[in-house]
Amino acid sequence: MQNQTGSPLLVRAFVLIALLWLIIPVLIVIPMSFSSARFLAFPPPGWSLRWYQAFLGSPEWMAAARTSLIVAVAASLIATVIGTAAAYALNMSQSKLVRSLQVVLLLPLVVPVVITAVGVFLVYAKVGLIATMTGLVLANVMLGMPYVITSVLVGLRKFDPTQEMVARSLGMNRWRAFFTVVLPQIRPSVVTGTLFAFISALDETIVALFISGGENQTLTKRMFTALRDEIDPTIAAISTLLTGVSFILVLLVAANARTRK
Amino acid sequence: MVRPRRPVPAADGPMTHTLTPEERRERRLILALLTPALAVVGVLLIAPLIWMGWQSFQGPDGFSLMHYQRFLTDSVYLSSFIQTFRIAFVVTLAALLIGYPIAYVAAKSEGIWPPIILGMVLVPFWTSVLVRAYAWLILLQRRGIVNSALQDLGLIDRPLLLVNNEFGTTMATLHILLPFMVLPLYAAMKKIPAELETAGASLGGNGWLVFRSIYLPLSLPGVIAGSVLVFVLTLGFYITPELLGGGRTFLVSMLVSRNIELYNEWGAASSISVVLLLVVFAIFRLASMLIPFERIMGTK
Repeated sequence: MQNQTGSPLLVRAFVLIALLWLIIPVLIVIPMSFSSARFLAFPPPGWSLRWYQAFLGSPEWMAAARTSLIVAVAASLIATVIGTAAAYALNMSQSKLVRSLQVVLLLPLVVPVVITAVGVFLVYAKVGLIATMTGLVLANVMLGMPYVITSVLVGLRKFDPTQEMVARSLGMNRWRAFFTVVLPQIRPSVVTGTLFAFISALDETIVALFISGGENQTLTKRMFTALRDEIDPTIAAISTLLTGVSFILVLLVAANARTRK
Repeated sequence: MVRPRRPVPAADGPMTHTLTPEERRERRLILALLTPALAVVGVLLIAPLIWMGWQSFQGPDGFSLMHYQRFLTDSVYLSSFIQTFRIAFVVTLAALLIGYPIAYVAAKSEGIWPPIILGMVLVPFWTSVLVRAYAWLILLQRRGIVNSALQDLGLIDRPLLLVNNEFGTTMATLHILLPFMVLPLYAAMKKIPAELETAGASLGGNGWLVFRSIYLPLSLPGVIAGSVLVFVLTLGFYITPELLGGGRTFLVSMLVSRNIELYNEWGAASSISVVLLLVVFAIFRLASMLIPFERIMGTK
């Protein structure tokens, strides 16, 4: 008889190899970033912090990092407000027409990003938003909003709407009922949506390749250009820092999911 | 789903009944809450898509099918679409073969194992796509880690060409998109009641029979959702073919961007975008006949 809760040994061995294959490429950049050599030898011939100095000491890289961070923070916050409002309305409406708008609002996830990038470039070229901070933020609001809407909708569907009805029948208006009764209970879903929108904006490369430039280049655009030209261990240092950021975010999401229970 | 229903008929038809002031207020509120989100998507995505649709039919002197004729006459277009679909098929199939066992073991194991397995899927998922593309460059290049390891072991004499070709592109794309397969599969498998298998086994089914006749069919929604996501995302992938393709992979996404960056050919870029978009929509449409769109996107 086979153990009902486990899986066959061969399957587990295969999964172990697959998981190592998933995780090793992410971890491999860490030792490379501390290498003393210019070329990418493994294991590194010696250790140094020179590539971190090359990153932190470069005004161009720092400006790019600053741009990316500002864009990610602003875009994820705006996407959270707009997306939560939209999700609340989608959930509240009885109308089929309104509910079908959900598909429209999730379009940024469905349309291949290159096409989105070309479209945004087209609009920005007409209104003069190319190479501006505003342009970058707006584009990332659009790209991050679907994550907020999806996540908040999941939260709202788990939420018992009679609580809100009770609050309103006791005399609260919709705003107060939302902020004092609904929001505290769906907060984990909202936070998850924000984190997804943040990471999406921080990671966004393709739209930035088309619309960012001049003083407002994002970190990813600079990295992409650097990677196309030559492989420099500075990229490994930046990659290690970025991986650290995403690791912290995963932990935040996990901790946040725990509060949901 | 607990949802209080109003006794009045659905409110989206022609307004045959008069709305109470309360209902009218409610409608205005819904509209107001949706407006910012719709405005952003409308102006930045839908409007340019419509413009591109129109532009794709514009020649030097008005209406023309010249941009679409290139699909039949220009061999670059055809080979680019064929290569893109080939890579998308390979990546989707490989992701399914690798992702299914991962999701299965995660769904079946207990205690600390599910979070560990899912964590090992989620950390790469949250890591920047550029970082992962860079990691594969380090691993696969001529004097990269994989080649030097193989040489040290005496398995090969000369370095293998692992990158700057379709192999490198496929490998990195698979690595980046695998989580999109594992996560829907895991969600679908978690919904399968464990008692079903126990019942199947108690009726005399062996492990494989129970898996094939009970577990596999019930996990199919996850298979469909994961496959659709991976396939569609590969069709539009840009970063890995650009960085790891070495000019030997020329995918549809690059065809679009080159037409704009290098040639400023909006008509050509628009027609390619329209065709790619129609393919993507058709795939979602087909899949949504099998499982709801909301389930593919993870809202349900």
